[in-house]
Amino acid sequence: MKEKMIFELSAPGRKAYSLPALDVPTVAIDELLPLDLKRETEPELPEVSEVDVVRHFTRLSQMNYGVDTGFYPLGSCTMKYNPKINEDMSRLPGFALSHPYQAEGLSQGAMKLMYDLDQYLSEIAGMQRVTLQPAAGAHGELTGILIIKAYHEHRGDFKRNKVIVPDSAHGTNPATANMCGYEIIEIKSNERGFVDLEELKKVAGEDTAALMLTNPNTLGLFEEDIVKIADIVHEAGGLLYYDGANMNAIMGYARPGDMGFDVIHFNLHKTFSTPHGGGGPGSGPVGVKDYLVPYLPKPTVEYSSEQEQYYFDNERPHSIGKVKAFYGNFGVAVKAFTYILALGGKGLKEASEFAVLNANYLKAVLKEHYYLPLDQVCKHEFIITPTKEMKAKGIHTMDIAKRLIDYGFHPPTIYFPLIVEEAMMIEPTETESKETLDDFCQALIKISEEAINTPELLHDAPISTHVSRFDEASAARKPVLRWKSTYFGD
Amino acid sequence: MNFVPHTQSEKREMLASIGISSTDELFRDISPEVKLAEELKLFPGLDEMSLRKEITMISQENAHVDEYVSFLGAGAYEHFRPALIDHLLLRSEFYTAYTPYQPEISQGTLQAIFEFQTAVCELTGMDVANASMYDGATALAEAIIMAAGQTRKNKFLISSTIHPEYREVAKTYAWARGMELLEIPYQQGLTDTKELEKMLTTDIGAVVIQNPNFFGGIESLKNIVELAQKNKTMVILCADPMLLGLLEAPGKIGVDIVVGEGQPLGIPISFGGPYLGFIATKEKFIRRMPGRIVGIAQDRKGNEGFILTLQAREQHIRREKASSNICSNQALCALAATIYLSTLGKSGIKEVAEQCIYKAHYAKSVLNDIPGVEIAYPNTKSFKEFVVKTEESIESINKRLLDAGIIGGLDLGEFYPELKNHMLLCVTEARSKIEIDLLKRVWEGEE
Ligand SMILES: Cc1ncc(COP(=O)(O)O)c(C=O)c1O
Repeated sequence: MKEKMIFELSAPGRKAYSLPALDVPTVAIDELLPLDLKRETEPELPEVSEVDVVRHFTRLSQMNYGVDTGFYPLGSCTMKYNPKINEDMSRLPGFALSHPYQAEGLSQGAMKLMYDLDQYLSEIAGMQRVTLQPAAGAHGELTGILIIKAYHEHRGDFKRNKVIVPDSAHGTNPATANMCGYEIIEIKSNERGFVDLEELKKVAGEDTAALMLTNPNTLGLFEEDIVKIADIVHEAGGLLYYDGANMNAIMGYARPGDMGFDVIHFNLHKTFSTPHGGGGPGSGPVGVKDYLVPYLPKPTVEYSSEQEQYYFDNERPHSIGKVKAFYGNFGVAVKAFTYILALGGKGLKEASEFAVLNANYLKAVLKEHYYLPLDQVCKHEFIITPTKEMKAKGIHTMDIAKRLIDYGFHPPTIYFPLIVEEAMMIEPTETESKETLDDFCQALIKISEEAINTPELLHDAPISTHVSRFDEASAARKPVLRWKSTYFGD
Repeated sequence: MNFVPHTQSEKREMLASIGISSTDELFRDISPEVKLAEELKLFPGLDEMSLRKEITMISQENAHVDEYVSFLGAGAYEHFRPALIDHLLLRSEFYTAYTPYQPEISQGTLQAIFEFQTAVCELTGMDVANASMYDGATALAEAIIMAAGQTRKNKFLISSTIHPEYREVAKTYAWARGMELLEIPYQQGLTDTKELEKMLTTDIGAVVIQNPNFFGGIESLKNIVELAQKNKTMVILCADPMLLGLLEAPGKIGVDIVVGEGQPLGIPISFGGPYLGFIATKEKFIRRMPGRIVGIAQDRKGNEGFILTLQAREQHIRREKASSNICSNQALCALAATIYLSTLGKSGIKEVAEQCIYKAHYAKSVLNDIPGVEIAYPNTKSFKEFVVKTEESIESINKRLLDAGIIGGLDLGEFYPELKNHMLLCVTEARSKIEIDLLKRVWEGEE
């Protein structure tokens, strides 16, 4: 199956739109536009009919694999089921068709939702306040680190120019610290996958602005010395940033605020069931402790009990400013809000309970067939790698991942975290049944046998898809990044 | 309501396979001093019927543009959205997928993004575009970072006619990296080119302009580009994609980086987000571009298909040396824009833009007839927005309008203290002559 480009379906004069007849007097358009900026060549947009558009994008959708298609154990990404009610609620006219600048008096519903969601997320993380402005996890990191920067600078402390990041961190952590003008100090994890306290002690000092930590970490492990870690950094005068991408493991069991962390970002598109959209939109709210509230982005949503009304507070002299136009990915916030109301406190804890149960169950079954570098209780995810025997047959993680596609599954996250060679990071989430997990194990067990007996099956995988493995290196050498009628001769 | 499918007996079987008797044992690694002793202070979960009722009630406390006639724009635009957009966006193979890391099972998302990149290149006249940014404001800020890397300069000129919130976002990003932004003043609702000329010194990395600008005015872009080029300074343009069907492609007149807000292209106003940032540039700057980029690749059998490419710029490979920290973007909004642009096509994008111009122009002439109201920059050409100057306070005008079911324009005094008693109005193709005439009558106090 190959789908033509929408541009290739074009025929001059065909259209898929209709507009009401123009009902106002007109003059020549050239009188209303500056002549020197008049467009000379039309943009090559497709001329197609409505049914062309619908079929084209329907067929494209059929060339995709989503959570609704099947099991999607992509580690660190929390690909849980996205309840349908979420979609309906975000499309309610009062939300989807309301303007960000309409008067506050006309926006009380949206503002209440933002205010309440702030409170719920604060309670879940043990923080004082949460801003919904950041558009994704990485954007939340940027916001959070800037809050920390503002805090130090406001205290006249300009010598803190370093951010400590463990080597197991997600790439966005060091990239964020760099965008905020910090030098990055990478510290090695110990052989058990945890932050090495001695290493941390060595580097924490009066130039430490912050430590960025993911917990449970990217190996799926809860940092056993989390309180000691917090103490070391705080004693050095630094602040603690919590990458909350993995909150799905601990809701209702523990709170980053109670562990001593000062700032956290959430990924609503992971933990709180908002769909990932093939790459976004997400939402990365940031929670802070009380002493950091003055630095939150503008505006915050506040409630006046006198006027019995929500209002936007823009009078925030210490605020880091704005990180995004308007108030964030509001439509995504509606979906997360819906999810939290659906589950309630008990349901959220259950979600974490079963996310962790599913991960430990898979781990228990799969460790008999794959190499398990860290054999201890895990949280929401864990890592396996090919065994020595498989490696001897020339089998890499890539081959196993691609073979899983032939068995109808989305592969796990591969080659991350970087500190485990040939990592396969498996995160089942709580919304998968035992049957699904068993089917997945069966597939992986079969693949482990194929790896030894018929390794070519893995090397050739996937064979069930319409395209096979791509040559990424040559694509990057001669990049073709847009359609042109001349390139696509057919 | 919960979405956990396990039965009690399945749970027991799973615990037995792990060799434990209760899930509590799976949390033994959380040290007791941080383990939460009580339940979260939330509330019991809701069934779907109650949930729908509860949230619908909250939504009803919000006004929306189907029950009011709105003349608000200022960065969030009400254009008509054909029904097919939502029907296609709700194909859950699209919206429940992650970033397309596995190209063999993600050709749908990848091809759609490739088509989006093509459409953005066509509209902007640039060589390359990425898969999307968070919104117009962050795309603008990232473009400045690109220019800083390219020119190794630290000072940038940003027009005061750029959306105030975009400038604030740029300021935040600039502070983060220690860059300096200087504002170019405006004259007659347009960037003051005389001042610009004076400010263009050799240490300036780029000039940043919005067109049409925040006041709806069309900037003398060619002039600005010439001034910048004379000084060997890069030009970053923030463009409304809707007008690019009629205006010369920025790439053709020497702009270096084009960014913008794609919300007008089929994305609901949704109280300010999620929207769609886009960024496009010349081939030679491609390795400084932030974000995902989709390219063509050959598979082992010689088939052509799509993959994420040039990843060596990105955070998961380059970590602190990456061109940006962006990871997730606004892919589904880019899909919406691609569907919308396919629906409009070559003629549609022009027709919508023309209707906006005619209707806004009509509204201008009608409001100009009201005593005590004048068009603020009468000689400035404009697109779908314009500024009026009033004797009466904007607040009192808007209150009268609201009583008649009309949401008036933006009080510019909120963003520009010198523009007290100035209102920014927006008229798109979604407004009718009847509605514009009603605006006038209510404004005059006739209804
Ligand atoms: C641990 C961790 N941190 C940060 C991020 C970044 O989140 P986002 O993609 O929403 O920017 C991710 C997700 O990719 C993650 O897994």
